[in-house]
Amino acid sequence: MNRKQLSKGLTLVTAAVLAVAVALTGCTGNGGTTTISMAGSTTVQPVAEALSDEYMTNVDTTVTITVAGGGSSVGVESAGEGTVDIGMASRAIKQEEFDEYPDLVVHHIASDGIAIVTDSDTSVDVTCLTILETRAIFSGNITNWADVGGANQTINVHAREEGSGTRAAFEDMVMGDEVITGEAALWPSNGALRTAVAGEPYSIGFLSFGYLDETVDAFALDAEEGGECVEATVENALSGDYPVVRPLNMLTDGEPTGKVDEFITWILGVDGQAIVAQDYIPVGPTS
Amino acid sequence: MARYFTNRLAKYAVFISATVSFIVLLAIVVFVFRDGLPAFQEVGFFDLLFGSTWRPQQDEYGILVMVVGSLQVTAGALLLAVPLGIACAILLAEVAPPRVRQLLRPAVELLVGIPSVVYGLVGMVLLVPAIREYFGGRGFSVLAASIVLTAMVLPTIISISEDSIRAVPASYKEGSLALGATRWQTIRQVLLPAARSGIGASIVLGMGRAIGETMAMIMVLGNSIQFAITPLDMTRTLTGNIAVEINYASGIHENALFATGIVLLIFILIINSIAVVALKRGVRAHTFT
Repeated sequence: MNRKQLSKGLTLVTAAVLAVAVALTGCTGNGGTTTISMAGSTTVQPVAEALSDEYMTNVDTTVTITVAGGGSSVGVESAGEGTVDIGMASRAIKQEEFDEYPDLVVHHIASDGIAIVTDSDTSVDVTCLTILETRAIFSGNITNWADVGGANQTINVHAREEGSGTRAAFEDMVMGDEVITGEAALWPSNGALRTAVAGEPYSIGFLSFGYLDETVDAFALDAEEGGECVEATVENALSGDYPVVRPLNMLTDGEPTGKVDEFITWILGVDGQAIVAQDYIPVGPTS
Repeated sequence: MARYFTNRLAKYAVFISATVSFIVLLAIVVFVFRDGLPAFQEVGFFDLLFGSTWRPQQDEYGILVMVVGSLQVTAGALLLAVPLGIACAILLAEVAPPRVRQLLRPAVELLVGIPSVVYGLVGMVLLVPAIREYFGGRGFSVLAASIVLTAMVLPTIISISEDSIRAVPASYKEGSLALGATRWQTIRQVLLPAARSGIGASIVLGMGRAIGETMAMIMVLGNSIQFAITPLDMTRTLTGNIAVEINYASGIHENALFATGIVLLIFILIINSIAVVALKRGVRAHTFT
């Protein structure tokens, strides 16, 4: 065999091997897996990923679960349209959304507090805010930390984009009828907002409890204007003392069936709720 | 017989490819217009285009802030990139020794390959804090966006301008030097004017890239819905507007975002048409020596 024939032969063999390999990727060890797709709120995303990791490894190895972000409104729309099996939302579902997707079923799997945070490196000399002060800061009526008893520095406001469930819940529970100022820097996810707040001195923003870490400090909130300052912890949210808590929901198009139903039932059971309780507030018993 | 057949086959294959490309372009334009025009009807042409409030939750869909934002960052980028780019092009075409050129030209072309999200990341992590410290403001600013865009637009301007300067017939340069002009006089008064259509085309193409940039703009501009009065203020671009909100927009909100897309398409169309005309003039200008 001369060189040209040899190289031609090798090419053919390689191509054949590759083709067979590609064909074989469709086969799995135990006769096929089910895929469950989830998308929506970036608040629910970390706990959904923790739940699906545990479920895929230890409960049902025939299931593959994919989790994507996009925001609560994406979660509602995707679930309603049927483009994903489970949508995730970090707020209550609005009436217009029920009107548009009448078959939407809501599963309340956890609750989450919203913390008002600032950058942890610089000190604004304020540890407690009342709801009214928070509202005034985010609406742009208060612009200096000195007006709430802190350092003489301009307040740098950060918020989420309009489709965010965290923003919707925040507006519902804190802002009331007031609108978030147009001077706020807007971010498309909890993670991006945390990075931005942590990087800018004298900043303020609102963040899901599940995203709190050492780069940001959370303010204690006083719901009664002269009452007690309640720290932003999971215990206070569980006991009802912390005022800004919202439901974390998983949504399905109609009642769930098959593997999706098993997964959601497991999430609401003891093992699933124990995982929820690590960073969020469980809705069921954890032991 | 076989040769005749392959000939015909090649002709049809090429024709089909070109038609497919054209159909794809047409499809994009048709779909964007189809979903965007209802917004113009519902919101009103002038209210949409010249309204300065964008608050979908309150049914306000004015995109003027974003139009101005896009124009501001593009203008800022060109202000920085054009002098730098033309200077670098002159260096590469006329001044640099071949070894330096061998090093610089690939480096410049490498800049084109860097994904824009990487530019955005570097901008967000390095540039924004630096601007906050040395210039004031929040760091997220038109200035940051312009600097990031300059890095993206520079390779386009440099490579096309350099090619244009090189394409000037040697007789122009030789004639000028023979008449006693210095090298700089030759560059400034003979080569640059002769290459001006190509340089103009490169600027216009750079402008096109700047207007279309999305990811980096979301990361360094702050996405606020206010006008940027100074270069240190935050704002939002047309592209950033679409990217941040399209995921969850529905109804008129979604139509308004497609309308933003229409505005962008029209900008790009104008920019590309100018570039084509400028390039054509350049080709014709040098073909009769």
